[in-house]
Amino acid sequence: MSLRKFMEEALSEWMKGNGPDSDIVISSRIRLARNIRQHPFPMLSTNNQSQEVLDKALTVLEDGQLRNLCEFEALKLSEMSELEKKVLVEKHLISPNLADESRNGAVFLSDNEAVSIMVNEEDHLRIQCLYPGLQIQEAWELASRIDDVFESRLNYAFDEQRGYMTSCPTNVGTGIRASVMLHLPALVLTQQINRILSAITQVGLAVRGIYGEGSEAVGNLFQISNQITLGQSEEEIIDNLHKVVKQIIEHERAARERLMQESKTRIADRVYRSFGILSYAMVIDSKEAAQRLSDVRLGIDLGLIRETSANILNELMVMTQPGFLQQYAGAKLTPDERDIRRAEMIRQRMEPAEAAES
Amino acid sequence: MLCQECNKRQATLHFTKIVNGEKTEFHICETCARDKGEMIPGTPNGFSIHNLLSGLLEFDPPSGNPLSQSSQTVRCESCGLTYAQFSKLGRFGCSDCYNFFKERLDPMFRRIHGNTVHSGKIPKRSGGMIQHKREVEELKRELHRRIEEENFEEAASLRDRIRELERKIAAD
Ligand SMILES: [Zn+2]
Ligand SMILES: [Zn+2]
Repeated sequence: MSLRKFMEEALSEWMKGNGPDSDIVISSRIRLARNIRQHPFPMLSTNNQSQEVLDKALTVLEDGQLRNLCEFEALKLSEMSELEKKVLVEKHLISPNLADESRNGAVFLSDNEAVSIMVNEEDHLRIQCLYPGLQIQEAWELASRIDDVFESRLNYAFDEQRGYMTSCPTNVGTGIRASVMLHLPALVLTQQINRILSAITQVGLAVRGIYGEGSEAVGNLFQISNQITLGQSEEEIIDNLHKVVKQIIEHERAARERLMQESKTRIADRVYRSFGILSYAMVIDSKEAAQRLSDVRLGIDLGLIRETSANILNELMVMTQPGFLQQYAGAKLTPDERDIRRAEMIRQRMEPAEAAES
Repeated sequence: MLCQECNKRQATLHFTKIVNGEKTEFHICETCARDKGEMIPGTPNGFSIHNLLSGLLEFDPPSGNPLSQSSQTVRCESCGLTYAQFSKLGRFGCSDCYNFFKERLDPMFRRIHGNTVHSGKIPKRSGGMIQHKREVEELKRELHRRIEEENFEEAASLRDRIRELERKIAAD
């Protein structure tokens, strides 16, 4: 299969790189945790009990109401290969926990992969909507409508005082986790990032680096999400996150402008070097690839690079992960082999002819 | 409370581990928990949610142990999880745990969320009555305002709506 075709088929909606503020915001996600009354949470359920939960979720799926919103496919984790699971984790459609630890775990995937409903993860249901760009509100509206369909058929574990009861006390109440993935290269380059991120944690939001080891953010990608789920309404939580993200976007844009005014040559040197390396390297590890991809994406956003499309970062950050590379190769690869394959995939994607086609 | 691992993020996972009668508390953020594979250094053989979980599933039901009267052995009658196990795991076993551990949850929720009472979405079907109750509270506040304004005509119609809703709640 050609790389172009493989990539097109493998793209989730959120990786296509459109949506509001998509020069900085990669994706917006809403996750709702829901449980069914009178069934132990997945952590304590027996095989039969988790099967019952899955059967109940499947009856809702088969009922037409959900299909009015999106077309879904149900996938049972036990029937998938290790590689298939890995690819879904890399696309952020399922959690590593569902892939490796669940009993009767399943995922209902919408055809554009904007919705994934995990069954028997830490909670009975985890409804996730993942949109490109800054669309937290849109993601919430869809998640809430899907939630309503499940609630019309299942007896939710809901308490007047505590709200939606979840397995982990950090999710109780609304059960909502709203998160936004941001590309912040200029704030990192101008060394403002730590100050801004520590300010964010003061207002009840959590920050984590994506794809990196520990707190280090590889590829200058950061995920910001709400911490508090009890005592605030979903609208307040989303509004708070949205306002903070808007401010970060302004800071990042200001930092980019300043970089172009004060050190244009240095910035241009950096992005063109990365462009050159990605275009010609024969071997590249994931950490270097992430940093170079971030540079090239910055170069595109600054108007320095014109021959490559902007969604290269979104696409390749996912597709150069181990699971994807092995799926594309159609074989298991050693880490050394992966570094060669990764370089090959990136080189092909960097060819201007492909950008002209798309 | 800040995470004791990174000292940067808010700690959201709180564990208490008891080894040879010595109590150690852990407060870490989700990121560090995930990065460390839920292993916390500085404890013998590490400390893992999954280790504890496997231990939990083999847990023997309490017999005539006199300790079972102590407050640490409050147990959820639906799933069998004790409060001590809950505080080690950081996870409830079922939705009834919320009821059986009720007295102890407020301080924990306040620490995590700064709050103890839900104020967000109410499910349409199972939460219908709750919706009515919230509406009654809202109407009563409005009724007060109208009476203070001496707008008795409005007040009378509000009172009728409140009565109607209260009848529905009572009939439930
Ligand atoms: Zn931490
Ligand atoms: Zn329980």
